[in-house]
Amino acid sequence: MRYGSVPRLRRDLVALGILSVLYLAAATFVTNSYYQLIMTMVPIWAVFGVSWNILSGYGGQLSFGHASFFGIGAYTVTLVLVYWNLTPWFGIPLGMIVAACAALLIGLPTFRLRGHYFALSMLAYPLAILYFLQYLGFQEVSLPMHRESPAAYLEFTDPRLYTVVSVGLLIAGLFVCMLIENSRFGLALLAIRQNELAAEAAGINARLWKMRALITSGMMAAAAGGFYACVLLVVTPDSVFGMLVSAQAVVMALFGGAASVWGPVIGAAILVPLAVSLNAELGNYLPGIQGVVYGIAMIGIMLAAPDGLFWTIRDRFFRPRAPAPLPASLASGAPVTARPVADGGPLLKVQGLSRSFGGLRAVSQVSFEVNSGEILGIIGPNGAGKTTLFNLLNGVLSSDEGSAVLDGQSMLGRKVHQVCRMGVGRTFQVVRSFPRLPLLDNVIVGAYGAGLADDEAIAAAAEALHRVGLTAQAGVDAGQLTNKQLRLMELARALAGRPRLLLLDETLAGLGRDECDDVLDVLQRLRGEGMTVVIIEHTMHAMMRIADRFVVLDHGRVLASGLPREVVEDRSVIEAYLGKKWLAKQNA
Amino acid sequence: MDFEILIENVLNALAAGITIGCIYGLMCIGLGLIFGIMRIVNFAQGELLMLGMFASLYLVTGGGILAFLGPYIGPFVGALLAGPIVFAGGALLHKFLIARVSGLRTSGSLDEGHFGQLIVTLGISLILQNGGLILFGSTPVTVRTPLASSAVELGPIYGDATVFLNKARLIACAVAITVAVALYLLLEFTRMGKALRAAADNPTAATYMGINVDRVYRITFGLGSGITAIAGGLMATYLSFGPFVGLDYVIIMYSGVVLGGMGSILGAFWGGLTVGFVQQCSSLVLPPQLQNAAIFIVFLLILLLRPQGLFGRSAERA
Repeated sequence: MRYGSVPRLRRDLVALGILSVLYLAAATFVTNSYYQLIMTMVPIWAVFGVSWNILSGYGGQLSFGHASFFGIGAYTVTLVLVYWNLTPWFGIPLGMIVAACAALLIGLPTFRLRGHYFALSMLAYPLAILYFLQYLGFQEVSLPMHRESPAAYLEFTDPRLYTVVSVGLLIAGLFVCMLIENSRFGLALLAIRQNELAAEAAGINARLWKMRALITSGMMAAAAGGFYACVLLVVTPDSVFGMLVSAQAVVMALFGGAASVWGPVIGAAILVPLAVSLNAELGNYLPGIQGVVYGIAMIGIMLAAPDGLFWTIRDRFFRPRAPAPLPASLASGAPVTARPVADGGPLLKVQGLSRSFGGLRAVSQVSFEVNSGEILGIIGPNGAGKTTLFNLLNGVLSSDEGSAVLDGQSMLGRKVHQVCRMGVGRTFQVVRSFPRLPLLDNVIVGAYGAGLADDEAIAAAAEALHRVGLTAQAGVDAGQLTNKQLRLMELARALAGRPRLLLLDETLAGLGRDECDDVLDVLQRLRGEGMTVVIIEHTMHAMMRIADRFVVLDHGRVLASGLPREVVEDRSVIEAYLGKKWLAKQNA
Repeated sequence: MDFEILIENVLNALAAGITIGCIYGLMCIGLGLIFGIMRIVNFAQGELLMLGMFASLYLVTGGGILAFLGPYIGPFVGALLAGPIVFAGGALLHKFLIARVSGLRTSGSLDEGHFGQLIVTLGISLILQNGGLILFGSTPVTVRTPLASSAVELGPIYGDATVFLNKARLIACAVAITVAVALYLLLEFTRMGKALRAAADNPTAATYMGINVDRVYRITFGLGSGITAIAGGLMATYLSFGPFVGLDYVIIMYSGVVLGGMGSILGAFWGGLTVGFVQQCSSLVLPPQLQNAAIFIVFLLILLLRPQGLFGRSAERA
């Protein structure tokens, strides 16, 4: 469980209990079969929306093809009932298993794509399945009736029982969603949505978590689809694999509020009755009215309140209470964990590291060593290859040749999150925070990335906050922090993984002189505690204060290295920074 | 002779591939302007194609104002006129909806506004599809021309093997190539074309150079819509279509644009030509229902197998 999730979970569960009871009570008094159908449909589409929300809301992997899983559930239930006479009570779980396999098959290739290419590709799957089913001749399949034992085949004579089952399904779906939201699973997904690279650099295995999200999501969608088939008693490829089905998942979740437990429920509760009743009233004259309503809802919410109803209402009417301070046991800063005393020997050895992009040698034959317990500054003009060097070291890019050995282990040829697990923390030029999450959660991501258990992770995050001096702000949403606090937050996130080596990429960028000094103080304190740091920085005066040694890069090569004083007086360095003419003028 | 039949089938598939491919090429140029150059993810491009088809239908058939042109010339003039009509629609769409989630507003944001564009254009697509269902009905229709049922015969080439070139497609192909060349010249040599390319490359810098970026974007989005609509009008002469026809073609368009290389008009044309060619050749081995499924698989393969080479810059950014 995430820190502070117990009260939230309890509150959500109580709300879920009360709402379910009220809903079922209302359903028992409805006698009109048409309203009964609507009351059954709302939870089904809500479950489908929740399933989409897990992958696309929390994880940020926009899927326009969730009908794949919905349809697989529906067709599995239908076909096993028709051909093998297997009850949907068995067919629905079977459909979920089939959907899980499909999710694996779809995810393996498709997660290689990002952004809009991922969204477009996901659209292709249900449409391809749709044509294939038409080719196989499953244009319209009815579920056979079993009058002798209706309940055993999920065929009720009293339509209100369908509502009971669908509410049960929704409770199960929401419970899974709450568990995900309040665990490291949800935090990992939120981190990936915000910035996949930063999440990986914090030690999160993005591919694995995305795959888990897709499988969970697919199984939930299949359950919704399977039950949908039982309610309607007939399936066609268009009604379960069609574009409108995928769109419903998107619109329910977005309208209600993406990445919130209640969003899809709110969306379904408003839009399903609206669309279904419009369709019933006007469907004969205006056959596509349902799709038009969903389209308008989608555009309207995107332009007016892109976060969805839940977040918009929460932000406007429920200002978050003053953040709860950390409990004393954590706030005092758990004792800094004992770490091997800096012996001054080399921790990182880089030798002959090279990387070209086409004809451009971005990093060329770079060699240097980092001694444990020192701060090594890497300086150089724009385009000198500094960030590329970091990207090579922590696995964002692969190197053409050379070696980088951390304490006897090679860093090269590993994935980004694996390098992090070796004990290498990294920050980026542009800060990536999770604005809606409190500062502590932002930092815990790093601790989870290092594979710490829940309690340990909270302790490590609190300790990291203490070390950068942000304990007082632990409960503040990251969106309200100042630039300096965000920089320190990112530093704390890297520290929470208990690294041996920190790679800091322009940590001081955009800070004023005083703010700069504050961050430098933190860095100096870290060095005092035995941390080894490699820092890229432009600000010369800051670097002169903090760095023990310099490595100067220019055009991808090491131009000079050594003590700060020697390096700044080196003629070739001055030339690289200020140009030949300037040097000649000085000498004249 | 079985072999002669095989040869005949192959030759006819190749011929159909080239003629249909050219029309696909024009269709892809429309998306190439919007997605390839302006970098707007437009999900509703297939529906613009559909609007082009229906615009042409209503201009030409029944009591349409172009009915007097007769069934030979009418359908092609109708297709050309569908262009300006959908151009206006596209420009309005951009002014009121698309502009709010693209261009200067989202330039430099985390995902360049793609999330908002995907959602908004998906909404537009749903409204147009289902609105089309309300307005046009669900019965498949076609812009009838006698040319669609007659063919130019080439050959016999090998034994009895003869190539039949459908006249409607042949003319449509010629019109498509003409429009594509005209558009290429417009973009390459006019002031407007230069402004467009500048604005696409860097909207902020273009603003500093005194280019009215909003207006250029609006025109470009309209052009992209209109060009795809002309292709739609041309396809309407040999294809029966309904309001949901766009879904099949939106994937084809993205395949073509990605295959041809982002940001290149000529590339989009070649990409579309290739996809159309492959689709027609697949008819030699696949039953008709599976040809559409095959297109989706081709699309996935293009995205998966050649990511860097074909994606251009956006693959790294996405």
